[in-house]
Amino acid sequence: MLPEIGQFSLILACVLSFLQMVYPLYGVRTGHQGAIRSAKMFTVLQFVAVAISFVTLAYLFFINDFSVSYIATNSNSALPWYYRLSAVWGAHEGSLLLWVFLLATWSIAVALMSKNLPVESMARVLAVLGLLAFGFYLFVILTSNPFERTLPYFPIDGRDLNPLLQDFGLVIHPPMLYMGYVGFSVAFAFAVAALLEGRLDSAWAKWSRPWTMAAWMFLTIGIALGSWWAYYELGWGGWWFWDPVENASFMPWLAGTALIHSLAVSEKRGVFKSWTVLLALSAFSLSLLGTFLVRSGVLVSVHAFASDPTRGLFILSFLILVIGGALLLYAVQAAKVKSRGRYELASRESLLLLNNIFLIAALIVVLLGTLLPLVHKEIGLGSISIGEPFFNRMFTILVVPFALFLGIGSLFRWKRQKLGELVKPVLIILVLSLFVSLAFLFIFAPALTWLAVLGSFLGFWIIVSVVYEIYLRSTHRHSFINGITKLGNSHWAMSLGHLGLAVMIVGITMTQNYSIEKDVKLAVGEDITFERYDFHFDQINALNGQNYVGTVGTFSVFHDQQKIAVMNAEKRIYTVQRMPMTEAAIDAGFTRDLYIAMGEQLPDGAWAVRIYYKPFIRWIWLGPLIMAFAGFIMICDKRYRTKKNPVDKLGEKDV
Amino acid sequence: MFKKRRILMLLVPFIAFIIGAIFLATPLLKGSDPSKLESALIGQEVPKFTLQDIFDETKQYNADIFKGQKMLLNVWATWCPTCYAEHTYLNKLANQDIYIVGMNYKDNRKKAIRWLSELHNPYQISLFDESGLLGLDLGVYGAPETFLIDSQGVIRYRHVGDLNEQVWNDKLFAIYEGMQ
Repeated sequence: MLPEIGQFSLILACVLSFLQMVYPLYGVRTGHQGAIRSAKMFTVLQFVAVAISFVTLAYLFFINDFSVSYIATNSNSALPWYYRLSAVWGAHEGSLLLWVFLLATWSIAVALMSKNLPVESMARVLAVLGLLAFGFYLFVILTSNPFERTLPYFPIDGRDLNPLLQDFGLVIHPPMLYMGYVGFSVAFAFAVAALLEGRLDSAWAKWSRPWTMAAWMFLTIGIALGSWWAYYELGWGGWWFWDPVENASFMPWLAGTALIHSLAVSEKRGVFKSWTVLLALSAFSLSLLGTFLVRSGVLVSVHAFASDPTRGLFILSFLILVIGGALLLYAVQAAKVKSRGRYELASRESLLLLNNIFLIAALIVVLLGTLLPLVHKEIGLGSISIGEPFFNRMFTILVVPFALFLGIGSLFRWKRQKLGELVKPVLIILVLSLFVSLAFLFIFAPALTWLAVLGSFLGFWIIVSVVYEIYLRSTHRHSFINGITKLGNSHWAMSLGHLGLAVMIVGITMTQNYSIEKDVKLAVGEDITFERYDFHFDQINALNGQNYVGTVGTFSVFHDQQKIAVMNAEKRIYTVQRMPMTEAAIDAGFTRDLYIAMGEQLPDGAWAVRIYYKPFIRWIWLGPLIMAFAGFIMICDKRYRTKKNPVDKLGEKDV
Repeated sequence: MFKKRRILMLLVPFIAFIIGAIFLATPLLKGSDPSKLESALIGQEVPKFTLQDIFDETKQYNADIFKGQKMLLNVWATWCPTCYAEHTYLNKLANQDIYIVGMNYKDNRKKAIRWLSELHNPYQISLFDESGLLGLDLGVYGAPETFLIDSQGVIRYRHVGDLNEQVWNDKLFAIYEGMQ
């Protein structure tokens, strides 16, 4: 009975989303006030319906109803309850249900929280969101129904969730990532609504900015979580693989990053508006493209679990309809937009344009790297493979000018900047950052390499210039203490966001240049020493988990004769799917991680053990967390909550 | 005049998108399973090569190893997460006495040996194709890929993507059984 309730409310939600799309637009067309105002009601009802459906599925997982085939293939009664719940989005059908559920969540948030939006604009925005929801509901109901039954012969127990996915990271990684993906739908809806209306102004940028930032924030956290999960769960110590699915999440992030910068310019200065709209359309289109790539099986990847050509075809048709339609609308309507603001070549506007150019270049690199093998094959040039070296080289090249301009960018004034004024600050930043980065490497690095010097210089170049810029700004008209308290939220957000990137650059530099990997043969009671760390193999024990068995090796770690950690590295066999998994033991630290993974037992009773020393790897994830926090600060800015449109009084509130 | 040109320019994203969409749609519309890439080599013998054994640099193999019995040729690498997922199933097949030759593709010898010793070695012979030369001759698109080769050393089928129970039961098993 319950699965049918879930299924029914899903269909109900689909119908409601259709009404949410059609009726308000009819109202806008005819001036029917009731129809215009109905948008909000339909959004709320649609949310309630899909929420019932989602909760039902989660509950069915919880009570182990294996008559539902999705649950029978992706869960098992021996699975702990929290993994049974996260298994809801462990495979294709459920993750799509999560997708539509989150879309409804964003829609209801827009409906309830944008009180200062004119009702007609709101009706258009919600109608566009309704269209997106409608397409995805059809997709779920027609091609990937999570409530399908296996009656009358249902299995006594399920096939279990893929062991790779039985992990805390999976509990939160997909929802975060999807919050980001789906969140860009709001920016998309605002852009399309503005195009429909033919009204692209600073107010539009102001409305969509906090929503875009919120989506970007979730996406940032989602990607960082994914990288962290891959690091500790896949068991070979890497943090980014340029896997098509990772790229699929990275592309909307790059477009979204460009978008939040260009939205800032559009809001502040009223320029770049048509470019900003294009970015808003692109960010969400790339999210959809990501879904298509993952779900259609066009690209082969570890994440592409259930791939099926019909599903691919459906998403692609929807993609063409939505993105194609939006871009066509853009071509027709954006021509009417006039840019009023003027700026000179040396100005913050230009620097932000440069930022966008580099981000889009990076986006194109990722897009080509992901799709080129496909296209190449299609036009009959044979097959090629593009791998990690290509991406790494391109990003190493791109990050240099990007970071250099980013550092000085915030020193530039709007409209017009006399370059002469910048000579002194730039020299100061150059000398300081060179000094700090060399000192940093001197303390933390065993040897100097060119790439390490370059990377840490870029990182500290950003850090020094951010700090210096805050100092300049706050002492501009006030004493330092007085001035620093006057900096607005968005200024702090900018500074913190840039610091986050710098932290990440330093982390990547150190990890990529100074990681140590050791493969050793160790018997119980033996020692191995490197990097002034001494690893003692204490014991080996049998392991009995709820749904796995295995062995666990215990190691004591000494640093300069001091015992600093006891690490337990596990090897598990998941009993249902007979899949072996390595659970690495990780001793995390601010400046370094120690990482132990158990290998096979050798004939003489000793064990093959892999030990990693990963300097500063935590910084790779700390950086994105700082960036996301910066986004949060920006959203909290009062000006996005006040009813009227106050003109910014303080010059310090720039960006 | 000016306005017309502007609209044309603004149409560029739309046109670029449509071209991209056509490329993405073709493999789907052709109705072909995207994980099945045609290979010009189907029906032909495995190209000539000389490759080292992965465990033993002094040991060399050539195309003759593919003659004498039907077998699978599995292309894998440690940098490929899908191969990791696939490995368990290869072990299972190996346990059913299916002869599998492994080709380690564009990889690091040390890492590959470690992988095989940790996850069990399903391969009767492990080739080490560090430069990707044999991969190039075979038209390898990425890892993992699996070729079905009959006892004459002729390639009968090519599967791109991971080899799992479903793929094996639905498709490859029948072809494998039908081969000489």
